[in-house]
Amino acid sequence: MNWETVIGLEVHVELKTASKIFCGCKNDSKSEPNTNVCPVCMGHPGALPVLNRNALELGLRAAMALNCQINQKSKFDRKNYFYPDSPKGYQISQFDKPIGEHGYIEIELNGETKRIGITRLHLEEDAGKSTHAADGSHTLVDFNRTGVPLIEIVSEPDIRSPEEARLYLEALKSIMQYCDVSDCRMEEGSLRCDANISLRPVGETKFGNKAELKNMNSFRNVQRGLEYEVERQRELYENGEAVVQETRRFDEATQTTISMRSKEEAHDYRYFPEPDLVDLDIDDAWLAEIRASIPELPAAKRQRYEAELGLPAYDAGVLTADPQTATYYEQVIGFGVDAKAASNWVMSDILGALNNEGKTFAECPITPENLAGLISEISSGKISSKQGRDVFKSMWETGKSAAAIIQEQGMEQISDASVLGPILDEIIANNPKSVADYKGGKDRAIAALVGQAMKATKGKANPGLVNQLLIEKINAID
Amino acid sequence: MKITEETVSHVARLARLAMPDSEKALLAPQLSDILDYAETLQRVDLTGVEPTSHPFQQTNVLRDDVVRDSLPRDAALMNAPDSEAGQVRVPAVLEGGSEA
Repeated sequence: MNWETVIGLEVHVELKTASKIFCGCKNDSKSEPNTNVCPVCMGHPGALPVLNRNALELGLRAAMALNCQINQKSKFDRKNYFYPDSPKGYQISQFDKPIGEHGYIEIELNGETKRIGITRLHLEEDAGKSTHAADGSHTLVDFNRTGVPLIEIVSEPDIRSPEEARLYLEALKSIMQYCDVSDCRMEEGSLRCDANISLRPVGETKFGNKAELKNMNSFRNVQRGLEYEVERQRELYENGEAVVQETRRFDEATQTTISMRSKEEAHDYRYFPEPDLVDLDIDDAWLAEIRASIPELPAAKRQRYEAELGLPAYDAGVLTADPQTATYYEQVIGFGVDAKAASNWVMSDILGALNNEGKTFAECPITPENLAGLISEISSGKISSKQGRDVFKSMWETGKSAAAIIQEQGMEQISDASVLGPILDEIIANNPKSVADYKGGKDRAIAALVGQAMKATKGKANPGLVNQLLIEKINAID
Repeated sequence: MKITEETVSHVARLARLAMPDSEKALLAPQLSDILDYAETLQRVDLTGVEPTSHPFQQTNVLRDDVVRDSLPRDAALMNAPDSEAGQVRVPAVLEGGSEA
């Protein structure tokens, strides 16, 4: 039987605010434990939350960038559960009026654009961080993360393969980074992903029993965890067994998923409107202001790079994947150099060198202006492409401009006939046989003379010009 | 609406309330009465009335995104029954319990 995979993703993204969502504590979960806490985020009785305007605006910006309809009348609700990382005994979240609904993300799959629906996007507060003692004797709780603003983005079950899931996450991360709402560092927990996955026979419209996957700390592991689940569930069905609806944990060491003990009652959250926060009423003018703060998004940028700059689709995809790369690239071509040449240098040399050294664009030793300078030196013929590679290496190491390095290292190509003339005259005088061969019709004899000229100039002579001058000079000999 | 003693047990467990059977028998009919009263209210014609989640008309109470001083850690941990290495120490929690 052929099986269809059905996947939906729930993504939590930490918002890049200075302070927490409902109190003035610093939004920094990496500080010393319990140093960014106060009566509000510690859940002391009587302490009252007040919504952070920036958290709301970042959430709205994200919702609009994900093509959501905005609920201009929105509110917060309490999600009730007991767990030590949630000191109030409830989480402030949004239930029936999330700030955004009915959005979508487009992914590129085998050259086609596929739209993945977004059910909802809502604001909520993060919980604290639990550290379980290795011997199982106790748990330690740090409340620095409690009250960090999050948006939860729930996709429709539109994803049909583990690869599509990864592409969706990459596109989502890229949009969030462009909007500057979050760092989206999955390894640091500023983007977290849970996945619901089920199989059904092709043609069936009802969903099969799903597994909820947790604990995946990279996009690659999301894909691997889902790939393992597809096989596990398919084997169960094909052996006539049932798939149990449950939560499973991805185990990185074995690259498998492991059942977690299910706690049915944990899902009885008894939501009710949060009495400590008043309703939200976001008017059109405010929304327009937030909409205006959304920059050109990656999909639009990609299309523009292809249409206006004439870049191949591959280049456009690589250059627009994150905003830092696109900004750097746009600064380089802003100096008037060829778009494709700039693309090649940024994609292979700059990104390659940054990756090698684990650096970000902020730490890139070659400024966009200097890279543009290097490209100009090559296109003007001052140095060859091959020399350009060496100059690039020196630029990377020293941070100097291409022109400075070319001058310092005396790499400048000699394209001055008055400088080359005497050198060539000497070569002609010292190589009568090659000259005679050439005059006798052996065109290739000229190559030996060009080689001599390159040797005499330590490779700096402009080979095209040398070739031309030699022919002129030899033809002038009777 | 009829509230059974089982429902009372369920809600008590969710709220982490210890409840002897005698109290369940007492509370079940009382909770039923409260819900019956709410049902009476639900018969009121509310056509054209916006749902009210608050008694106030006020909206958009917001604060600027400014960091303020947090509690000194000693003060923050003072009311915790147990602490260790600057963290609140609690009985072992099963990994993968409910999390946001």
